[in-house]
Amino acid sequence: MKRAIRILSRNPLSALGLGLVVLIVLAALLAPWIAPYPDHNGAVVDFLNNNKPPSARNWMGTDLVGRDIFSRILYAYQTSLVLAVVVLAIATPIGTVVGLIAGYLGGWTETILMRVVDVFLSIPPLVLALAMMGVLKPTLTNAMLAVTAMWWPWYARLVYSIARSEREEGYVLAAEVIGAGTTHIAFREILPNCLPAIITKMTLDMGFVIIIASSLSFLGLGVQPPTPDLGSMVAEGANYLPDSWWLTVFPGLAILIAVFGFNLLGDGLRDVLGVDR
Amino acid sequence: MRSIVRLLAHRLLVAAVVLVGVSMLIFGIARVIPGDPARIALGPRASAEQVADLRAQMHLDEPIVVQYGHFVADLLRGDLGTSLYTNRPVTTDIAQFLPATLELVIVAGIMMIGIGLPLGMLAARYRGRFADHLIRLVSLLGVSAPSFVWAVILVLLFAYFLPLFPIAGRISDSYTVPTVTGFLLVDTLLAGNIRAFGNAAWHIVLPAFALALSGIGQAARLTRANMVETYDKPYIEMAQAYGFFPARIARIYAFKPSLIPSLTIIGLDFAAMLGSAFLVEAVFAWPGLSRYGVAVILRKDLNAIMGTVLIIALTFVIVNIIVDLLIAFLNPRIRHSTRSSA
Repeated sequence: MKRAIRILSRNPLSALGLGLVVLIVLAALLAPWIAPYPDHNGAVVDFLNNNKPPSARNWMGTDLVGRDIFSRILYAYQTSLVLAVVVLAIATPIGTVVGLIAGYLGGWTETILMRVVDVFLSIPPLVLALAMMGVLKPTLTNAMLAVTAMWWPWYARLVYSIARSEREEGYVLAAEVIGAGTTHIAFREILPNCLPAIITKMTLDMGFVIIIASSLSFLGLGVQPPTPDLGSMVAEGANYLPDSWWLTVFPGLAILIAVFGFNLLGDGLRDVLGVDR
Repeated sequence: MRSIVRLLAHRLLVAAVVLVGVSMLIFGIARVIPGDPARIALGPRASAEQVADLRAQMHLDEPIVVQYGHFVADLLRGDLGTSLYTNRPVTTDIAQFLPATLELVIVAGIMMIGIGLPLGMLAARYRGRFADHLIRLVSLLGVSAPSFVWAVILVLLFAYFLPLFPIAGRISDSYTVPTVTGFLLVDTLLAGNIRAFGNAAWHIVLPAFALALSGIGQAARLTRANMVETYDKPYIEMAQAYGFFPARIARIYAFKPSLIPSLTIIGLDFAAMLGSAFLVEAVFAWPGLSRYGVAVILRKDLNAIMGTVLIIALTFVIVNIIVDLLIAFLNPRIRHSTRSSA
């Protein structure tokens, strides 16, 4: 762990990524204490101060009902991070198990499982999530469900491709010869060799889940107001361009910075862990 | 040549299997909907009899397998049902809105290849130098924001702040172009109206670029990674030993072999753009499939939702077959092989 951090901090871009991620996680965790207007995360109105440009009082201006945009961005990070963590915590194990089974067992199991994966992968992630949100009620839980449903196949494909090549390796053969069971070989022998790739992908995916989730709420099909969400904040402000630019620019940059941080960190991890796919 | 025909046959078979799966998936999503689809279609004020009639008409009282059978039978006849939102056949609606979206995605795809590949080549050639770091930074930034954020930033910078491009729409109102293909860039040329073509092209630049940005980043990173790998091959060293010009080595010996793995991912990116087009269209008021798609989703218009998703999946499958064939043509090992290589 210490070694990893040392290697990461040697590359300036990876160090920047690590820094950004730490900053954003801290901002989300400490939002109730560092937000200048902690009560602005809900349905509060302050019409005396609505739609004000950035000032010393409101660093990023105020929205259409007078809430402090900086405070709302801090709370929106909470929503985004929780959503991304939950989605990956569910999608990764599902995809990993499917990929391991298909890659190690081969045969008909492989054909059927991977065709199912192909089906999911042949619909653009956002479109599939949109279709699911179309039949479900737009709530945070359902948004998580929709994004998870389209996310696991990517892990299945990643783990499958590694497991299939590892299947031929000597150590797997050795385990088979001494009579190890299928479950043991798949989870104890092959899985550890997939972990670097999985961890790298999870880091990169934190950013991509944030993108998809904010896209859903940008279209009005994700997290609903008054819960602060970066995507719906951009959507609200988009009608007031260019005069009230702060309504869209700051939430937009907030998404960019968070995803950029996870991408830089993931890229650095790829080098540290020696992942080539 | 024969191997390419065989590859095509194999790909079409796989595509058919995938499309059957997609139809099951979409049907499944539409049927797990909490609530009665007939009640949703008719609204809360319809009488119980009306709902029962529609249920019978929609085969909702039959077993789920029979329902799926009806759904597929309709599909095969090219019947996607009627949209509750527009009261027209879903196929008519899609035929009206799809070309605008496809036009946007195709132009974005051209930008992705035309800008992303050269950037990746440059980065690989100047590996570890300033240009490489700069390109890495730019391409990472490109993939780090959803396309609606890029769309908003581009509109602010290049339509409001520097009024270089139009703010929204596909073409200025002063031009009337007869609809033939629905692709304005084609229709204006068919009408022989060069100024209208220029106007439509001027309108598509910003939205297509906003859509292409993450793809440009992906394509550049991928091309760089693949080219860096080929640069380590012995034949490159040989070419360098012979004193070939670095530009020639880059273009012919290092770039060509790395193009093939890049193309596969570019096919996937194209699919992602079909999704992101929804976001860009919303910012630029682009009259494509997005506004229709979001409108029918908000109204829980099941036929239209299923139709839209099916068409997008079909487009994606077709694009992937084209990419696979392109790779087969580019790769001499497949092009000249007499054995089945698929």
